Amino acid sequence: MTLEKPANPRDVTDSPEETAWLERTWHSPGGLLGWFTHVNQRMIGKRFIITAFIFFLLAGILGILIRLQLAGPEQQLLGPELYNQFFTMHGTVMMFFFAIPVMEGFAIYFVPLMIGTRDMAFPRLNAFGYYVYLIGGIVLFGSLLLSMAPNAGWFNYVPLSSKLYSPGYGVDIWTTMITFIEVSALTAAVELIVTTLRMRAPGMSLNRMPLFVWAALVMSFMIVFAMPAVIVSSTLLILDRLVETQFFIVEGGGEPLLWQHLFWYFGHPEVYIILVPALGMISTIIITFTRRPIYGYTALVLSVVAIGFVSFGLWVHHMFTTGLPQLGMSFFTAASATIAIPSGVQIFCWIASLWGAKIRFATPMLWVLGFFAIFVIGGLTGVMVASIPFDTQVHDTFFLVAHFHYVLIGGAVFPLIGATYYWWPKITGRMMSEAAGKWSFWLAFIGFNVTFFPMHQLGLEGMPRRIYTYVEEMGWGDLNLLATIGSLVLATGFGVTLINAIWSVFRGQRAEPNPWGAPTLEWAADSPPASYNFRHIPVVHSRWPLWDWERDRERAVVTGLRNDRREVVLTSILDAKPVGVQVLPAPTIWPFVSAVAASLGFIGIIFHPIFFAIAFFLVAFTLVAWFWPRRPWRND
Amino acid sequence: MSLSKHIRTTGPLGAAAPFLAACEGPQSALDPAGSAAALIARLWWPTLFVAILVTLLVLALLTVAVFRAHRRHAALPLNARQSRNLVIAGGIILPLAATIPFALSSFSIGRTINAPLPDDAMTVEVVGKQWWWEVHYLDEAGNRIATTANEIHIPAGEPVRFLLKSDNVIHSFWVPNLQGKTDMMPGRTNVTSVTADEPGVYRGQCAEYCGTQHALMAFLLVAEEPERFDAWLEGQRQPATMPETQAQARGHDEFFEAGCAGCHTIRGTSASGDLGPDLTHIASRRTLAGATVPNRIGHLGGWITDPQHVKPGSRMPPSELTPEELKTLLGYLESLE
Repeated sequence: MTLEKPANPRDVTDSPEETAWLERTWHSPGGLLGWFTHVNQRMIGKRFIITAFIFFLLAGILGILIRLQLAGPEQQLLGPELYNQFFTMHGTVMMFFFAIPVMEGFAIYFVPLMIGTRDMAFPRLNAFGYYVYLIGGIVLFGSLLLSMAPNAGWFNYVPLSSKLYSPGYGVDIWTTMITFIEVSALTAAVELIVTTLRMRAPGMSLNRMPLFVWAALVMSFMIVFAMPAVIVSSTLLILDRLVETQFFIVEGGGEPLLWQHLFWYFGHPEVYIILVPALGMISTIIITFTRRPIYGYTALVLSVVAIGFVSFGLWVHHMFTTGLPQLGMSFFTAASATIAIPSGVQIFCWIASLWGAKIRFATPMLWVLGFFAIFVIGGLTGVMVASIPFDTQVHDTFFLVAHFHYVLIGGAVFPLIGATYYWWPKITGRMMSEAAGKWSFWLAFIGFNVTFFPMHQLGLEGMPRRIYTYVEEMGWGDLNLLATIGSLVLATGFGVTLINAIWSVFRGQRAEPNPWGAPTLEWAADSPPASYNFRHIPVVHSRWPLWDWERDRERAVVTGLRNDRREVVLTSILDAKPVGVQVLPAPTIWPFVSAVAASLGFIGIIFHPIFFAIAFFLVAFTLVAWFWPRRPWRND
Repeated sequence: MSLSKHIRTTGPLGAAAPFLAACEGPQSALDPAGSAAALIARLWWPTLFVAILVTLLVLALLTVAVFRAHRRHAALPLNARQSRNLVIAGGIILPLAATIPFALSSFSIGRTINAPLPDDAMTVEVVGKQWWWEVHYLDEAGNRIATTANEIHIPAGEPVRFLLKSDNVIHSFWVPNLQGKTDMMPGRTNVTSVTADEPGVYRGQCAEYCGTQHALMAFLLVAEEPERFDAWLEGQRQPATMPETQAQARGHDEFFEAGCAGCHTIRGTSASGDLGPDLTHIASRRTLAGATVPNRIGHLGGWITDPQHVKPGSRMPPSELTPEELKTLLGYLESLE
């Protein structure tokens, strides 16, 4: 260390030396090798977001190929083998490798900024989670290039996914990589929970927390409770396939229904894990673009929490046709219909907030308004399929395909794109083009409805999902052609945003710290934020700190944090009273090495169980290096 | 429009549909021809109506909310009480008012559809295969009295009990015009009932993804007048007709020489393979390969010679028969009425 320690640690002057110290302390090393050592939450969050959008693009291309194959009856574009791999990959990648990671990415990037801190609670764990995700995604997509991709559908039902009926490596890759990347989801969730509960800026009691942070918190708790179910089920399946345990094999006393229970016990909350952060994004955008406090903050928070709880009691509605007893299943009809209440409360809180406001119709707001139209339709078809008799007609048909695309694209992707436009200036320091944003929205909105609305009718006309072709006489050709045309328009719409984003990085107008006039703390940081996020940790007195500062022309900050090591303020869970200072670790290569070692085990076990043992010891070794105590800290 | 005008003679798939010309929607939940499907369709239409109403209401409120200030050039927010009433009315009362009657009528329809059948109802056992349907007719003691594939005949106007099984992966049995789907779970026997109000030919299709050829795993459900059905079943119970001509006898031998008997059964002969469909009365069926192509001699020849062209991934291996051998084999199979 060449710089002197500050003479007086309580000095709050913004002297250039002070800032240089902070910059040096929180700096992420450059260079290729340096890249693998980054631990700062914004670096990791940005990587999650970019990687997830690349997977979105790839899985979207698969979706377009699926649509081209179905554009007419008896088409020869893709054979059944390829088609089955493509729809399996499309679903798997969209659910596991796009939707959850992108929401986590936004949460990792923005939660610490919104709660006014400098990093997350476990920065190295954060980095580890990212590499696990990246390696898992690359391996899964690599299997497609080698033409041995999984082909048993994204919920991978046994016995179709057992060794007997899926002998290739595809399903092995699916099960191991799903288990693997759920580890990444869990690390991010634990990280977000601890960060949100213990690292909020002083004064930001729970009832002053931004709604997106609430949503991210609920999402994280849902991940913690839901993911173990899929980790267990896919591990049991790996064991069935690799060492011939008999968990799901009927002849050995196993039970295929067990897979469905375990999978949907995860799979239904999964849908809400994706939806809940999107709801937080919507509230955030509405507050900013109406420029006034939202109506029903408490009702909105309680609704999101309620959705989190109820979502764990719905899973059997995916299994209405499996022959379970009627009376037991009826409970799940009632529970599924219950979701309409918290959803309705949120929608009407937003309508009440929008009512008569001077709304600024910028691009983020357009995507949110598009959400309303699509999500209401998706929600209503959701109530319909909660009816057991009706579900027996539309289950596993294109009606269902339409329903969940309305909920997932309308409910999650539209707000997500809106949030991307909204937060883009904060992440990159540049604005995206408003004109292109509006084109993108209208193309996507129209394209989306043209693609997916006709699928309701197709499903009612008896078209099952997951069929690679259909005979001409079924009469499904016209609507399928329409859907395919719509999908091309939809893809163009998203494509415009992609080009807009790339263009903006190079040519976009420079962004102010707070270009939208938003009230939450992330807009108090620079655009893009400095490596230490905030020059001073702020102190908060309401839900809308930036509006307070604008009005009062003064702001309170925390002083006394050292500049020569990564210090953050710890606060109490409920009231956010400062209770201590936490020193966070510096950049290191070990999370990356550890993730590589773990992936060696996960990938290797497909070929031989010995890799599990090898990786076990390798990971143990890397963890020792990861947690090796550092001399300068020990002496503090 | 008559579907029979669209018979295709080229391409890998022919047309199974000429047999479906009788009905408008050969596989549509909105064109019910049986009591269960009719009840579900009756639930659907009012539900759709309410759903449209709710959608329009929410979007209308949203439009008013968004454009109010713009019209008046000033912000006109709701006060706290108005907001609260709006949220209670729209977020709590509206969902309850819409879902409670819906859930109750759905329970009641579910009870009716799943009401136990009379003990003397006819029972058909359907076993899902990759990728076709094996159909057994059971007598009152539960013994199999006739076996066929991909074509299920039932008497019209009577409830028929279906025992649904699978000895491989999960399939789902579904005839949209008559009844919602029920999965065929390995290791379990699921039960459903089907009632066709009128005679007719309905198409069913596997609804649970079951592997490579899930797409072309269909069947026909033929509802007939009870007398015609009885005659049909009596015919299916019989063993296969013996070869009557010398050509048919040569075809019969060819059946064994070409290895067909390894997978297929023809009752009354020594062919007793159980991997493929029972061919005892193959000539009486309307379609081949899981209702993929019509059962005509040309399609049958194409199917035997190159099944992978008609249905890629099918478990049926191609055969290398000379044209002469194929002709005699076809002649024999055509005689198995």
